[in-house]
Amino acid sequence: MSRVIKLAARNLARYGRRTLLTSGLIVLGIVAVLLFIAVSGAFKGAVIGQITDSMLGHLQVHRKGYVASIDNLPLNLNMTPVQVTKVGQVLDGMDEVVAWSPRVKFGAMLSNFTETTSIRLNGVIPEREAIAMPGLAERIVQGGVANGLVERGKLLIPELLARGMKVNVGDTVVLVATNLDGSVNGMTFEIQGVLASATGPGGRDGYLHMEDARALLRMEAPEVSEVAVRLSGLGALEKAQAKLQRALSEMRNPEGEAALEVHTWEALSPFANIARMIDLLDLFIRVMLVGIVLIAVMNVMMMAVYERIREIGTIAAIGTPPGRILALFLSEGLLLGLVGTLVGSALSLAAVFALNLSPVTVAFGREQIVLAPSLAAGDVLLVGGIVLAVAAIASLQPAWKAARMDPITALRHV
Amino acid sequence: MKLVKAEGLHKSYRAGDVEVPAIRGIDFSIEPGALVAFVGPSGSGKSTLLNLIGCLDKPDGGRLSVLDTDVAALDRRAAADFRGAHIGFIFQDFNLLPVLSAAENVEYPLLMVQAWPPEKRRARVAELLEAVGLADQAGKRPDQLSGGQKQRVAVARALATQPKLVLADEPTANLDHDTAFRIIALMKKMRDEFGTTFIFSTHDPKIVGEAEVVYSLEDGRLIDQGGTVR
Repeated sequence: MSRVIKLAARNLARYGRRTLLTSGLIVLGIVAVLLFIAVSGAFKGAVIGQITDSMLGHLQVHRKGYVASIDNLPLNLNMTPVQVTKVGQVLDGMDEVVAWSPRVKFGAMLSNFTETTSIRLNGVIPEREAIAMPGLAERIVQGGVANGLVERGKLLIPELLARGMKVNVGDTVVLVATNLDGSVNGMTFEIQGVLASATGPGGRDGYLHMEDARALLRMEAPEVSEVAVRLSGLGALEKAQAKLQRALSEMRNPEGEAALEVHTWEALSPFANIARMIDLLDLFIRVMLVGIVLIAVMNVMMMAVYERIREIGTIAAIGTPPGRILALFLSEGLLLGLVGTLVGSALSLAAVFALNLSPVTVAFGREQIVLAPSLAAGDVLLVGGIVLAVAAIASLQPAWKAARMDPITALRHV
Repeated sequence: MKLVKAEGLHKSYRAGDVEVPAIRGIDFSIEPGALVAFVGPSGSGKSTLLNLIGCLDKPDGGRLSVLDTDVAALDRRAAADFRGAHIGFIFQDFNLLPVLSAAENVEYPLLMVQAWPPEKRRARVAELLEAVGLADQAGKRPDQLSGGQKQRVAVARALATQPKLVLADEPTANLDHDTAFRIIALMKKMRDEFGTTFIFSTHDPKIVGEAEVVYSLEDGRLIDQGGTVR
């Protein structure tokens, strides 16, 4: 077999310029695909990371109907203490769950004593929220972390609101919120920190201590609006969702339906659609690569067979088995693909390395995302595998033609 | 035992709607170790006959046995195996593989057709290149060799697998007079050295005189059957 490969390599070297052009085309295709995978993957990963690490978590549990009305932040669709306890027990027993954080979400009016504006707020248990959302503290651009995240009597507010209301860390503001019974309550808070805005649901929310939220809302029972869950990784998402859904399904509402709903971050964030579009583009560019390799290799191999008809006749006449002639031409096509794959992968890795040396920043909404592209071995192997498989398929027809060639006709060919 | 035996051999080709007879019922036999020439003008059927003997083509009628094998009964794969095992070929245009050196061209059938072990292969290649006087040209590619040298490499390649029979279709047509004689002399020498039967076709009357047995063909018929020249 090594001699077949050696002979194939020499035949490729014989038409050096053509081989170089075809390999170059394959290299170009591979570099384009791998760079797209690396850069789009970095962008997707950064945004998804921000969404799951600082806002939504990987999964969220709500009372049935809450998500459908989430724009109104309805207090009458909070989970009951019994439900919260049950959710906590289930989550504590799941290996995939790293942390979980209960939240009370509500809308309020924020006043700096001269101006008033609306704000969406999350009442959280700071220690739990800090573990479940490790990226949240990183978004604090002014002020700092206390008590894990936020102290009693203090607020973390979004940057845009702080700028618009001209409030700074240490300033006192008043929060006024409508309670479940329709009454209105107000409390003063000190600004502890200012959060950078983030794209997606919850990206412009404020945070306060759970006890403060309950006091402001005059909540008698320890209800929560949602439980945000952090998993060991995105890979565990579907399995964990199914497991959690199954475990919570025994809790029924008076209508006999499941009382609680489990949503993945994808169901809660519009970015999931953008991520799907990126995946689709990734597929398209792979299909283009397949087309490039297919046409390039097939063209070269058809030319090779056409130009070497007498040579094929000779080796067939002296007794080379048809299978070996097939192997010879298949090897040529595969070598073309292999050279393209190796060079293309090496160039792609070098380009990714260079991109990490001088990072590229892209704007996404109001955010500047610094890309840190990387290539997984699996991606490189998969793209290489696709190229080799397509090169083999593209060589098959010309190789088959060569192997089936009638020696006499071939020897007579001028 | 006859090495080649033909009885009432027929072969026709189709040219559009017309059937053109190339071989019209010929009988002959060839002894092992002979140096045989098929002579005749262009279109007389020499190449067709060599193709039939070489199992590259099948007769339409009659019987042809090579080494006691009915070649008409061989399918494509079996014919390739038979050629690889028993028959060597020398072509008018040398037909060396341009990407291989002289030694590698000689080695090709040992490697790609018969899979000899490396040591035995190297020894055989050295022996043959020495025998054809090209030991010092072993590393040269065909485009670095003269026409005569190329044909000597082709002779060595044809003999590599120790075939019983070597078929040479107009082996001297592209060579000058002196070189042509040297090639025929080489074939004789190889026949004497290795006991191989050589059958060649030619239309060169001077070369014909070098053969030991001559069959003359005209319009697909034998007009002079097996006349022994020497």
